[in-house]
Amino acid sequence: MSPRRHTVDAFPDADELSDPLLQVTDLTTAFRTPRGTVRAVDGVSLSVRRGTTVGVVGESGSGKTVLSRSIMGLLPPHGVERSGTVTFAGRDLTAMSAKELRSVWGLQIAMIFQDPMTALNPVKRVGAQITESLRLHLGMDRGEARQTAAALLESVGIPSPEKRLRAYPSQLSGGMRQRVMIAIALACGPRLVLADEPTTGLDVTIQAQILDLLGQLQDERHMTMILVTHDLGVVATRADEIVVMYAGKVVERAPTATLFADPKMPYTRALMDSIPRLADPSGTRLATIAGRPPELIDPPAGCRFAPRCPWAQDRCRTSEPPLRTAGSEAHTFACWYPLTNGRPSVPVTHDGVAP
Amino acid sequence: MTDPGAPLLSVDHLTVQFRVGRGTVQAVSDVSFDVRRGETLGLVGESGCGKSTTGRTVVRVQRPTRGSIRFDGHDITAMRDRELRPVRRRMQMIFQDPISSLNPRRRVSEIVAEPLTIDRTGTPAERAERARHMLSSVGIDPDQAGDRRPQEFSGGQCQRISIARALMSDPDLLICDEPVSALDVSVQAQILNLLAELRAQRDLTMLFIAHDLAVVKNVSDRVAVMYLGKIVEIAPSDELYRAPGHHYTAALMAAIPEPDPGAPRGQTLGGELPSPLDPPSGCRFRTRCPAATERCAVEEPPLVEIAPGHRVACHFPLAGRTATP
Repeated sequence: MSPRRHTVDAFPDADELSDPLLQVTDLTTAFRTPRGTVRAVDGVSLSVRRGTTVGVVGESGSGKTVLSRSIMGLLPPHGVERSGTVTFAGRDLTAMSAKELRSVWGLQIAMIFQDPMTALNPVKRVGAQITESLRLHLGMDRGEARQTAAALLESVGIPSPEKRLRAYPSQLSGGMRQRVMIAIALACGPRLVLADEPTTGLDVTIQAQILDLLGQLQDERHMTMILVTHDLGVVATRADEIVVMYAGKVVERAPTATLFADPKMPYTRALMDSIPRLADPSGTRLATIAGRPPELIDPPAGCRFAPRCPWAQDRCRTSEPPLRTAGSEAHTFACWYPLTNGRPSVPVTHDGVAP
Repeated sequence: MTDPGAPLLSVDHLTVQFRVGRGTVQAVSDVSFDVRRGETLGLVGESGCGKSTTGRTVVRVQRPTRGSIRFDGHDITAMRDRELRPVRRRMQMIFQDPISSLNPRRRVSEIVAEPLTIDRTGTPAERAERARHMLSSVGIDPDQAGDRRPQEFSGGQCQRISIARALMSDPDLLICDEPVSALDVSVQAQILNLLAELRAQRDLTMLFIAHDLAVVKNVSDRVAVMYLGKIVEIAPSDELYRAPGHHYTAALMAAIPEPDPGAPRGQTLGGELPSPLDPPSGCRFRTRCPAATERCAVEEPPLVEIAPGHRVACHFPLAGRTATP
């Protein structure tokens, strides 16, 4: 019996194959803190079609990491309130018990974390960390698990895999550790991979290798992927669709080419402009976003981006713009005064350059 | 007297070795470069290429094994700590991880004033006033921030505080070691702009070390590309982008994720940096180079000028430029 069949048998689709593999509806995750309730994810809806990659983009504090953890159900047991639904292959994950979720984690949905040094167990050999889930979930014996682990390491581009199985994480480079993380995530053939900043902190050359590897494995294994990042450059050529988050909310979502050609939300445009481009002459002043994301204990009324938006009007500060469609259902945004082909329709109200 | 036209910093045939077990690692291998007054030189390369060791050796945190370092006309290669002290005031460093490079138990106002406190410059009140002024000039409100501690600030704010501290002794040379690689792109842009402003206001000379060529190019007048302890190419920034001569430079450019869905995805550089314990013979890049031949394995290519101010160490430099006169 192949591992692949085992996992599908254990979790048959309860929906049509043309339906999205993942459907998040009105998901809210709030943390109770001594200073008040922080709504880190606030009414987020998104859907991910089978076999596609959705990029989730936002600054630190935008709620993108809490969103991926909320989808997985990996939240602390106390002090957290989650509402809304997360439907995966037709079943609602938010209604599942911890025991039921354990048959989802790793087998159906796997996560790749930002920092492989802290996500890997430093005192366990790499081999043991990969074979653990193979033996637990797929019931392999020691020899079979070891062979499969070596094959996995080879498939993620690690040379002399037999030797690497005996290594400890600290004996590997950052790029190698991230490959090991990917091997662990893919061990049981998950259908959805949540990659949370998988290349942040790596050299640009290694980043390109890891992103290429994820794309190649996705094609081979028909996986669906959510790629979470702060860098629009990372998802520009790798995602089919991009969701932009700001202060816990989705502020724009569109197919990748549409988003770059015709961003509606000024925040999306600002994120694009802040990336230094090789083709620009040396010394080019970069566009910045003034200020910082708001405190989520007491978010601003109206549009949450208004305090930093160079084109904010009175209406933006009092009334919250709903998500609406731009041309097609696939492109939605939340802004009262959207850009047209990247250009504003209203005059600049304050200088959007940070000190 | 020093010659105002002379470079502020001259690094000549610098080699830095570390003992590792029974062997030695050459982290920096025969590296030479000048940084002119008011200029920003970028040092770019992957982790392990020796760029940070080069920066640390320039400020003499690390001892050079061979070669010389001249700062403002003085040979500082073999200076004793006591002689170095006035020199170090004039060369300051900022680091990659802004939060852990600030003392978590000190208030921000104390951290920024510390360089003056150590030197016993002025009265405590004067020092505090200068710290307040410096915080404002890096975009931190001293009234709000002065009494707080580093962990209450974001990474970008901590990097601003680090910059303020580095500038307190009014240095001539600022060495920035990966100052933005731990930051979000939006915050990265703020810090890069701040460095450009401060540089213009204070006539700073900078050595800017990073792995992302797009970032390095934005701030630098010239860029030196390092690979396994050696400089493989050095050129004015725009020239380097227009006509890269080394295959490694081209690979570094191709790896940058351009925010453009239509951008052709460049050929990804395979493999990782070979072990510096046992670097490849001949050209050190040959094991990952698409154009390598047998000659590259036996003969080490010297740095050759292929255009004014543009030098490349490659037997077969990329089209558009030829090494032979």
